[in-house]
Amino acid sequence: MIAAPAMLSSVLALAEGPLDAHAAPELRWAGLALLLPLVSGVLCLLCGWMKVRSKLPAALTIAALGGAFATILRLQGAVGDTPVVINLFDWISWTWGDGSRFHGFTANVDLYIDRLTIFWMLFVTGLGTLIALYASEYMESDVGKGYTRFFGAVSIFLFAMGCLVMGGNLVMLYLGWEGVGLASYLLIGYYFTKPEAVAAAKKAFIVNRIGDLGLALALFLIWQCYGTVEYAALWKAIEAAPASSEWTAQAIPWLLMLGAFGKSAQLPLYVWLPDAMEGPTPVSALIHAATMVTAGVYLIARMFPLFIVNPDALAAVAWVGGLTALLAATIGMAQYDMKRIWAYSTISQLGYMFLGLGVGTTFGASYHVFTHAFFKALLFLTAGAVMHGFAGQLDIRKLSGLLKVPGFRLVSLLAVLGCFWLAAFPFTAAFFSKDEILVSAFTAKDERVHVLGWIGLVVAALTAYYTFRVGFRVFFGPVKYEPGDEHHGHDGHDDHGHAHGSHVSHGSSAAHGGHGHHGEFHPHGPRWAIRVPLVLIAVGAILAGWPSYRTMLNHDEPNWVKTQVAQSSAYQGVAAESHDSHDDHAAASTAAGTDHAHADHGHLVLGMDAHTAVGRLGSLACIAGILVSLYLHLINRGAADALRRTLLGSIATRWIVVGAERKWLVDEFYDWVIRLPLRLVANILSAIDELLLDAGIVNGIGALPAAFGRLFRPLYGGVVQGYAVTMAGGVALVAAWVIWIWLRGAN
Amino acid sequence: MNPIDPQLPPGDPLVMLGLLASAILFAVGIVGFLSRRNMITMFLCTELMFQGAGLAMISYGRQHMDLSGQVFVIFILTVAAAEAALALGLVVLLYRRKETLSAEAWKELAES
Repeated sequence: MIAAPAMLSSVLALAEGPLDAHAAPELRWAGLALLLPLVSGVLCLLCGWMKVRSKLPAALTIAALGGAFATILRLQGAVGDTPVVINLFDWISWTWGDGSRFHGFTANVDLYIDRLTIFWMLFVTGLGTLIALYASEYMESDVGKGYTRFFGAVSIFLFAMGCLVMGGNLVMLYLGWEGVGLASYLLIGYYFTKPEAVAAAKKAFIVNRIGDLGLALALFLIWQCYGTVEYAALWKAIEAAPASSEWTAQAIPWLLMLGAFGKSAQLPLYVWLPDAMEGPTPVSALIHAATMVTAGVYLIARMFPLFIVNPDALAAVAWVGGLTALLAATIGMAQYDMKRIWAYSTISQLGYMFLGLGVGTTFGASYHVFTHAFFKALLFLTAGAVMHGFAGQLDIRKLSGLLKVPGFRLVSLLAVLGCFWLAAFPFTAAFFSKDEILVSAFTAKDERVHVLGWIGLVVAALTAYYTFRVGFRVFFGPVKYEPGDEHHGHDGHDDHGHAHGSHVSHGSSAAHGGHGHHGEFHPHGPRWAIRVPLVLIAVGAILAGWPSYRTMLNHDEPNWVKTQVAQSSAYQGVAAESHDSHDDHAAASTAAGTDHAHADHGHLVLGMDAHTAVGRLGSLACIAGILVSLYLHLINRGAADALRRTLLGSIATRWIVVGAERKWLVDEFYDWVIRLPLRLVANILSAIDELLLDAGIVNGIGALPAAFGRLFRPLYGGVVQGYAVTMAGGVALVAAWVIWIWLRGAN
Repeated sequence: MNPIDPQLPPGDPLVMLGLLASAILFAVGIVGFLSRRNMITMFLCTELMFQGAGLAMISYGRQHMDLSGQVFVIFILTVAAAEAALALGLVVLLYRRKETLSAEAWKELAES
């Protein structure tokens, strides 16, 4: 951190001038949250250049991210109800004509600080710090090899995510958007000698390009329709002219949506996320579960004023979210790879968030992002600890009873805790956030989305089932495990109790962790750098429910998350749109509304008011799912296989099992419908290039001079006298010709 | 015909003799160049052709009562002397490479 003080002062100097008079002076420090990850990224680059073979890059990254988190914490206390724009430095500022609206384009490196920004950055930097600490131990077998690269990419990711969330205009957001895509690509392809990892990285990048195209086009159209891409000016412009019926204005939300679906892995662009699990597990936890994939939710929440005027677009968001949640949950039920199940659960939970956005509860969606970030990071990190200790084993059929394996008790306990949160067990944080989304789905003004509330409840039951399918199989029951085939490159030093490849020969026999015959496999439990982040994240997951507990105890107490979201663009227009809906209190002024405003509303579900009904039905769905799981995967594990065989045996139900296990053949469908035609076109074009352009035109022109030369080749025999005779003969002919003309002229 | 140009009448015996000699010199040179393979001999033959051409110039100069022809030849003789030194040097170098003076030894650039 040598360079930090100098750059610090420059940032302060930059931030000094344009700060609003009424803003708290602490906001001046906001630039640090962006700068520190960038500095650590640069320092990691230097470490790589200087071939550092220690854990220095990890220390740098953790320190920088911790600093960013501290900055955000400080800002959290200082941020007011009005958004503040902090200008770091001027970047693009063009004007033409008379320089009025539509005659200029400004995109400076600004930070747009409001409560939503800080809320998002809070868990991004907080989890980033903890996961970097976790990774410092998890990745230690790569020290001196990929360690620096890993932490450099993590730093770049946090920098880009900061740009995305804190940027003051859509160009900054776009830069961050592409930056996180790049970091994601680099980290998925971290094990670049593995063909699957390389393929997964490319898949993620290319699928994201499709979404990014939508975002870029939306950005162009926003400038075209509103004359600015800066948030502060944009909200004013939208307020002045909310709903233009021109197709350009109408297309904006649809294009933004496409971008969000790509980044946040929704139908039809979700296919990259399960494959992204090829990356190291901390990356899966940080980027592909907790933070980056929520960028799409952030985008729609931030741009909500553009969505609220377009009910069709909102309904589409809701439907895509609901259907994605359902599809991913059904796939997750039939997978056997623990990380893959969590990946599908991530897609499914992101589906909930989009459902929430679509039914107009930006608060519910943001709250679910918040709770999900903690428990999903926890689940991934515990999965990573298991994978780290059992030589890469992730198959839930080959791991059992880890709760009783020494060294894994804490990890197992926390994983089971995470399972309760993912299943949205009553009175966990996720229960409240999911509740908020489903209530809004049932009470939405738009009748078309009400059925999504029922789909959401079904998905809640499925989620509870597949979550505890992992939980009961892996962490409960008799102790039984097989190590995987991965050795983290530990061949040089055996201090972790890893057995070498040749020693892991006892195949399916149940190896007990206790007995110490030489050559047996000993799972090695995680040390403090993995345990501490796990515990802290678990505490975070529990505390994420705190705002709801307080609201539950005291109905007048506004939900903290709601106050965060309500004072931002995510609520602009919500007030106008839903005067008769349950959010009218919320958007009225600084204090967000009470949750029980729902009761005023006429929507009834099964004869109860929506809030009570969803609470009860959600609890019921969750508990039913857990009980089914308890029977099939703990009490009578044979029954699960028997059920599968029965379903496979009948032709009428066979498709359920095969479809779910083969991920409904979506990848194959894309292969046939998109990749195959593209490949065919590419092959045809390549053939045209080779045959017509290369062989025909280029080589044909090249052959012409040679052919011409071949005509004259016999003249050059190499004998000097030969040339001399030719020359003398030629001269004689010319002379004879001249004489002949002369003689003729003389006559 | 330029009226200022004083010219001898056609058929002046000295001019005719000079032209005849130059023709003979040139013919001998060309025949020698074509029929011999020895590089020094070939070089001498080119010198013969040179002198034939020079003699023709002197003869025509005489015909036109003009000194330009003779001036030209003096220039040519000077240049030819320098060129002779160069050419003989080349011949010596070529000889050192292949231990022969035959021109047929050198046909690397031939297009077979």
